[in-house]
Amino acid sequence: MREQSKYLEGVDKKDLFASGHRACGGCGQALAARLVADAAGENTIACVATGCLEVFSSPYPDPSWRIPFLHSLFENAAAVASGVDAAYKALKKGPVNIIAQGGDGSTADIGFQSISGMLERGHNVLYICYDNEAYMNTGVQRSSFTPYGARTTTTPTGNTTRKKNMPMLAADHGIPYVATATVDDFRDLQVKIRKALTIEGPKYVHILAPCPLGWGHHGELTVEICRLAKDTGLFPVYEIIDGKVTNVRKIPVKVPVEEYLKPQGRFKHLFKKGVPSKEVDEIQEIANQNIERFNL
Amino acid sequence: MLKQIEGSHAVAHVVAQCRPHVISAYPITPQTHIVEELADIVGAGQLDAEFVNVESEFSAASVVLGASAAGARAYTATSSQGLLLMSEVIYCIAGMRLPIVLTCANRAISAPLSIWNDQQDSMAVRDAGWIQLHAEDNQEASDLHIQAFKIAEQTFLPVMVCMDGFILTHAFEPVDIPEQKEVDDFLPAFKPRHIVDPRWPRGIGLFADPRFYMETRYILHRALEKSEDTIKEVSSEFAKAFGRESGGFIKTYKLEEAEVVVISMGSVVGTIKELIDQLEEKGKKVGLLQICSYRPFPRKEVYNALKDKMNIVVLEKCISLGRGGILASDIRWSFPRAEKKDRNISSFVAGLGGRNISIDDLRYMVEKVEKEPVEFEFLGLREELIAEKDM
Repeated sequence: MREQSKYLEGVDKKDLFASGHRACGGCGQALAARLVADAAGENTIACVATGCLEVFSSPYPDPSWRIPFLHSLFENAAAVASGVDAAYKALKKGPVNIIAQGGDGSTADIGFQSISGMLERGHNVLYICYDNEAYMNTGVQRSSFTPYGARTTTTPTGNTTRKKNMPMLAADHGIPYVATATVDDFRDLQVKIRKALTIEGPKYVHILAPCPLGWGHHGELTVEICRLAKDTGLFPVYEIIDGKVTNVRKIPVKVPVEEYLKPQGRFKHLFKKGVPSKEVDEIQEIANQNIERFNL
Repeated sequence: MLKQIEGSHAVAHVVAQCRPHVISAYPITPQTHIVEELADIVGAGQLDAEFVNVESEFSAASVVLGASAAGARAYTATSSQGLLLMSEVIYCIAGMRLPIVLTCANRAISAPLSIWNDQQDSMAVRDAGWIQLHAEDNQEASDLHIQAFKIAEQTFLPVMVCMDGFILTHAFEPVDIPEQKEVDDFLPAFKPRHIVDPRWPRGIGLFADPRFYMETRYILHRALEKSEDTIKEVSSEFAKAFGRESGGFIKTYKLEEAEVVVISMGSVVGTIKELIDQLEEKGKKVGLLQICSYRPFPRKEVYNALKDKMNIVVLEKCISLGRGGILASDIRWSFPRAEKKDRNISSFVAGLGGRNISIDDLRYMVEKVEKEPVEFEFLGLREELIAEKDM
């Protein structure tokens, strides 16, 4: 606890990502983006990928950003951030926080190569993935982060594959810091951002950001859904420091996955007349494996 | 000082003299020798720059985009598939008005795979909003890079310097590499216009809804048209400072008396000049109009130079498949409609995928258009490889 407080010194609600943007009510990504901007502070450059965040926060002429904002394409935020890093080094400017940010599509799919390159080259960049488990900006299509069983507009009968494990893939680049976080625990999320920014080199923070529209839950449930994701074991929260998994969040009371799935429209087809289908067993198995793997 | 040097190395040395802060590239033949030499120069501590070895051309273009947006003078080089892979970023760089300089070592486009020269690659991004300058030889290729940084940073338009792959990049020729001081005197330090900097928070790359988008394209189009003045000014400043003509809009050779005018761009103009001299000895009056700036297109200059010329032939190393000659279309558009009736503008495509363009090919072309105009023809085709059933 004392260690956490150290990281939060000077962090307060500055609204560096200002209200008045165009996100849906209850948007996990908008909440996360504000927490990230406030944690990072004024001395920060945000390199943002095309996607929900970019679209709801950067219409000309009224963007929501009170820190420098740079956007060009869907799949290149990490490479653009690499360029900003190279420029700062070459011009002998800084220090400055360079934060590349994208959704799960721009992180795990179309931008995967660009992120891998940035991590491997060792740029002093923090990459943040706002994971809402599908292509929400284009209307809820499947991404490689879409969980098993979830319905999207391109997996109308439910997704048949498991989610790509991006934090582990990032860690295997040999980078100094990887963390996962959720938007229900502001303090934990902001500590991880601050901690990451004290470390020289490439960092990866993966934030679960529920999407009421795409997940089919009420906007006021965003925070509760995050808690359930953690307490079922479906979204393990941990850090990987210099390759070692550490600071794993323990589940206080284990919750069956049904409780996480039922409030969400994307899993509704798994409960015919209230009876869970065999896919629910498979999802419970995924949770159990996480619990065992991370000793949750 | 005149130096016997490979074209790629000459370009690398001159680029280094322009003191870019950030260089990022991904290897592709025939661009490789340029970036290898630059890596050596940076590695030897002769240039204080960040050299970013990336995992694709897409990221190379994205790195220089980010670097330029952060206030750095940024440079990259590529060819062929590499330029096509960059193309999404290429459009962005122009739309964001980032004055990046890129060398295109011109090469054919797959499929089939061909590492050899033509100009289909740069032509594929001709509408992206970049200034495109074509070098005739390695002296001009080097000189154009010095000019390119100055033009880019005065206009806030990116500049692509096109030089024919292998024919120029791998050719050893005497090139006058200037002294560092001469380049420093000619090229002032980069003064960026808008940058990402926490001291002045601003957004670069916001999206534009239908109320705003169209004006950005209009402004970019007009900026490219207006860059004509800068290209000409920088070229004449260069001539004054370095004592030789390089670049500009168009160049001509024995045009005044010419009865047939050949129009082309890039290294093939050397062979055309040779033919013109040979034909002159036989009493034939043939002239050359060389396009140096392909974008912005020198429409007025072409018209003024050729308004009395009735027999024109366009030779190009690129094709709009299903349409024909691309440069030929630009040339035909350069003349007012009413004047077109009795002016013949013939169109030849040649040298695709590195097919040699011999002086005999060119002689055949000139002799053919002396007799009658040619709507469109592939020059130097091997008829024995072509079967009707394949088309």
